[in-house]
Amino acid sequence: MTTMAPDTGAQDTAGYEAVFDAAVAAEERIEPRDWMPDAYRATLVRQIAQHAHSEIIGMQPEANWITRAPSLRRKAILMAKVQDEAGHGLYLYSAAETLGTGRDELLDKLHSGRQKYSSIFNYPTLTWADVGAIGWLVDGAAITNQVPLCRCSYGPYARAMVRICKEESFHQRQGYELLLALSRGTEAQHAMAQDAVNRWWWPSLMMFGPPDAESSHSAQSMAWKIKRHSNDELRQRFVDICVPQAASLGLTLPDPDLRWNEERGQHDFGAIDWTEFQEVLRGNGPCNDQRIGQRRRAHEEGAWVREAAAAYAAKHGKATA
Amino acid sequence: MTNADWPLWEVFVRSRRGLAHTHAGSLHAPDAEMALRNARDLYTRRSEGVSIWVVPSTAVTASSPDEKDPFFEPAADKPYRHPTFYEIPEGVRHL
Repeated sequence: MTTMAPDTGAQDTAGYEAVFDAAVAAEERIEPRDWMPDAYRATLVRQIAQHAHSEIIGMQPEANWITRAPSLRRKAILMAKVQDEAGHGLYLYSAAETLGTGRDELLDKLHSGRQKYSSIFNYPTLTWADVGAIGWLVDGAAITNQVPLCRCSYGPYARAMVRICKEESFHQRQGYELLLALSRGTEAQHAMAQDAVNRWWWPSLMMFGPPDAESSHSAQSMAWKIKRHSNDELRQRFVDICVPQAASLGLTLPDPDLRWNEERGQHDFGAIDWTEFQEVLRGNGPCNDQRIGQRRRAHEEGAWVREAAAAYAAKHGKATA
Repeated sequence: MTNADWPLWEVFVRSRRGLAHTHAGSLHAPDAEMALRNARDLYTRRSEGVSIWVVPSTAVTASSPDEKDPFFEPAADKPYRHPTFYEIPEGVRHL
């Protein structure tokens, strides 16, 4: 079941820890009511919450273009995608809830800035091509990150990720198709696609997090099998995937140092501007205030809907729990 | 009643006729009717289901999470409940 109170209060912590360690080592999944180290629980809550917040904040930059989509087909696709992001947020909030952290608490922490979301969503969507670049690059990077999470040691998180990854595949492909249409279009459309890729490429590489040497949570998360691959490993995988895809699009990636390294069997790529990453993380990105402001406003303006639903349930006595 | 007080519901989806309902996940809703609607929007956006059950999470009684629990022990030492326990001479068919 999902939200039973965990069996805690055991005196024999060492014994429980041994069972937990053995389960993780044997590639078994940890389930909500199992004993788990406090730090494991806290790490999962932090990561799942940040992930859930990213999904719902991520609705904003794309929703920005729904009313201006160039055709009914594109509009229907974009609406379905944005709706999926809401769904992904809900799967993840449910997973976090199995660890004993309520949804309202998580939303409060998002609204008050105590929990973060992926800094990629603090960049603006300036043109229609940005919708394509987000699908191809941002969702592509997310998929690269998320596929290994389907094997995460915590069962509810892994199960949520299986659903999410299935659905993300459409997100990435629609973005690629959108960019391809622009790239093969008029000169102005091609330029618009190239400009979007130029702006989204580096922030997408930053989505994998700081270099391994500076990543504070990585080693422990790997030991717990929450994380399966290092930040740099996943970033490299993403670059290698994107290079031929960019060529098929007829677009270039904005990195003069990007080239195939025969010896490594991988692409070398240029240095990432981590100062920019830290600045955006610190709240100084182009859209940080706008994103959180919009989220708070949506929550407040939706209060009457929640109240009405609750009043209806109370009046008709259908709430059974 | 605020959002925080909305009960949690477990969602079970039958993906097609002939299959059992299986657990898909959980969600919050003020009442059963809204829980069903939310479950449809959340778990069957791609025609994953032809039927949905929602059950208040509090209505579920669960066994202990410990798999070594004596609760399951009676089944552990009875291999003769499995067909592979029995040796049958080679050549005997339809058995």
